[in-house]
Amino acid sequence: MSFRIPSRWAPYLLVSPFLILFAVFGLFPLLFSAWLAFQSWEPTSGIEAMQFVGFDNFVFALTDGWFWKSLRNTLWLAVATGVPQHLVAIPLAVFLHRSFGRWRGLFSGAYFLPYITSTVAIAMLFGSLFSTDYGLVNQALHAMFGTDNINWMRSPDAIKPAVAIIVFWRYVGFNLVLYLAALQTIPNDLYQAAKLDGAGAWQQFLRITLPGIKPMILFGVTLSIIGGLQLFEEPFILTNGKGGADQAAMTVAMYLYRLAFDFSDFGGASALAWIMFGIIALLTWLTNKAFADKQVQR
Amino acid sequence: MHNRESAFKTMPDPESLPRRHLLAAAVGGALQVTYGPALAAEKPLLTVAAFPLVDVIAKDLLKGWSQRHPEVRAQVISRQYDDHHTAMTTALSTSGHLPDVIALETSYLGRFSLGSGLEDLSAPAFGAERFKDRFVPFAIETARNRQGALVAMPSDIGPGSLFYRVDLLAQAGLNEADLTRSWESYVEAGAQLKARTGAYLIGDVRLLKDIIVRAGTPPGEGQFVDNQGRAQITSARFVRAFELAKKVRQQGLDARVEVWQNDWAEMLKRGRLATEMSGCWMAGQMANWVAPGTAGKWRVAQLPENAYCSYGGTYYAIPRRSAPERKQLAWQLIQELTMDRQRQLDAFRSQDAFPALLASQDDTFFDQPVPFLGGQHARQLWRDAARRIPVVKMHKQHKFADEVINAELDNVLEYGKAIPKALEDAQALVVHRANR
Repeated sequence: MSFRIPSRWAPYLLVSPFLILFAVFGLFPLLFSAWLAFQSWEPTSGIEAMQFVGFDNFVFALTDGWFWKSLRNTLWLAVATGVPQHLVAIPLAVFLHRSFGRWRGLFSGAYFLPYITSTVAIAMLFGSLFSTDYGLVNQALHAMFGTDNINWMRSPDAIKPAVAIIVFWRYVGFNLVLYLAALQTIPNDLYQAAKLDGAGAWQQFLRITLPGIKPMILFGVTLSIIGGLQLFEEPFILTNGKGGADQAAMTVAMYLYRLAFDFSDFGGASALAWIMFGIIALLTWLTNKAFADKQVQR
Repeated sequence: MHNRESAFKTMPDPESLPRRHLLAAAVGGALQVTYGPALAAEKPLLTVAAFPLVDVIAKDLLKGWSQRHPEVRAQVISRQYDDHHTAMTTALSTSGHLPDVIALETSYLGRFSLGSGLEDLSAPAFGAERFKDRFVPFAIETARNRQGALVAMPSDIGPGSLFYRVDLLAQAGLNEADLTRSWESYVEAGAQLKARTGAYLIGDVRLLKDIIVRAGTPPGEGQFVDNQGRAQITSARFVRAFELAKKVRQQGLDARVEVWQNDWAEMLKRGRLATEMSGCWMAGQMANWVAPGTAGKWRVAQLPENAYCSYGGTYYAIPRRSAPERKQLAWQLIQELTMDRQRQLDAFRSQDAFPALLASQDDTFFDQPVPFLGGQHARQLWRDAARRIPVVKMHKQHKFADEVINAELDNVLEYGKAIPKALEDAQALVVHRANR
């Protein structure tokens, strides 16, 4: 006996593994979160303890001091980590592209390594480096500038830069690889022609390289905005899941998690998640619009 | 054995099989070997969910339990501390994969007991009320829900005491009474200690603020919210705690290191911290791994102004939606975990889990000297403290309130925010969330 699948069902069957997994791990949580955003729920009382509360959770989230505090932290960290990532990654990519020929893979690999390193290992390593009395960072700063020891983890002013340094260090390699890939698509003829016309290195960079990698800049910046606004792992592990002194390193994603699992407010956390989705969507749209306008002008 | 033999007998000749089939047969055989005997036994499985150290105690008990109850299998599922409580929240919320017995740490008890996910142990089916006089009063009273019913049984507690370096005190020309007379004298002694020995008085001022706030809480009331649901964060005890904390920071008497962090451990090892306020279990932690080299240099005293409180503790509870047919067994197990005098003593000896059970506290072990504390009879002191600890009601938002107040303390200490304003802001945040 042979079993044949009707040909019109075959495509559905073949994509079904993805669809099933997506439905279970993607769609269901998404819809459940949307449902939860309108419920008051004490989770330890069981699923039947849910009560419909309309927009109460959204009102609570928008009037919650900690939401605004965590949003300010998130935006600070997104700018402090996102902007330098691109400002460093672009010239570094150009330098590696021009200077190292076939060896550039080795160097870009070295820069990429932090991206694939375990976050826990990174947090432990930097936890030791930023130790107040026994950490290398303070020792180095003291040796170079004679500064007093900085309490990186317990000072609200110091903890944000500490997190930003780690995030920058971790993701600059990822952007570097993006830009290296983009640089390889720019025809060398353009540079040769520019040289013949007397263009210097700076003019070549400004007139050929930057316009050539603009689509990748849009892609990289969009990823940085989304990643920056969803920042969770590094500050979470570095601050023991609390956000540090005065919650100065508590991002919205962290607060959202804590609201649900530390403070048992799944409804408020879900509402916050959807508010955050709105903010990220808006910023992504604005980024696209900003880049698109310039392309039209060009 | 039976299943393993049959697995091999049914396996065809490897020569005649394609490699893929051979692999499938091997995996199938392995699964049968692994799960076969268990599936065949079909004994009810009693599950205890616990976190480190409590899991060791539970496992020890289950060894004997299995012999006394051959008709039941029992297992302990262990997760890291935070993961365990998160997993239990998830399990209770979905009523899926619920263990039969849940271990809960005190700081999570408020959150779990104020919902309706835990079984009412005061109900006639369990009759826990008849055992309430067997425990130190605060421990059992803390385990009541909003309706006053017991939803958990206490196992161990952490009577708080002041650990101090006797050598540093002598060097500074101070004695124990200088530290314990009052909170003000504790701070004054700290200034002298710092001046003469260079050692910090305490790891972080938060510890000082916490204990002053707790010690000033009227018995039977909540630490942050009173029994009428009114937030108490602007009350005098918070003002006093913040003012003293500010004084300590201004004089540079706290090392600004968090408990369990590397710097904190290093400072304890090097004798740079002169005192530590913690539960009695800290003696074991210091002796075993934090600062074993400082053995003999530490002593303990009751906290200043005879403040009595508990640092941590463990409770056992039964989920309301767990398998009904195993609830009585789970209750029996909880009784053994919490009311067996000898087992409580064993756990105290091996894991520094101070027993909440009064009967265990009369053992001669309590009269023996503690070598790490220079031979001091410290267990008597902890026993005395344990019996005097007042009941403090837990609020659902306890953890949040605690953090909000810590954040405002940071604002006072780091940015010079006025104390009344800081406390008002903290109160506003707590009130905003109090009924969620």
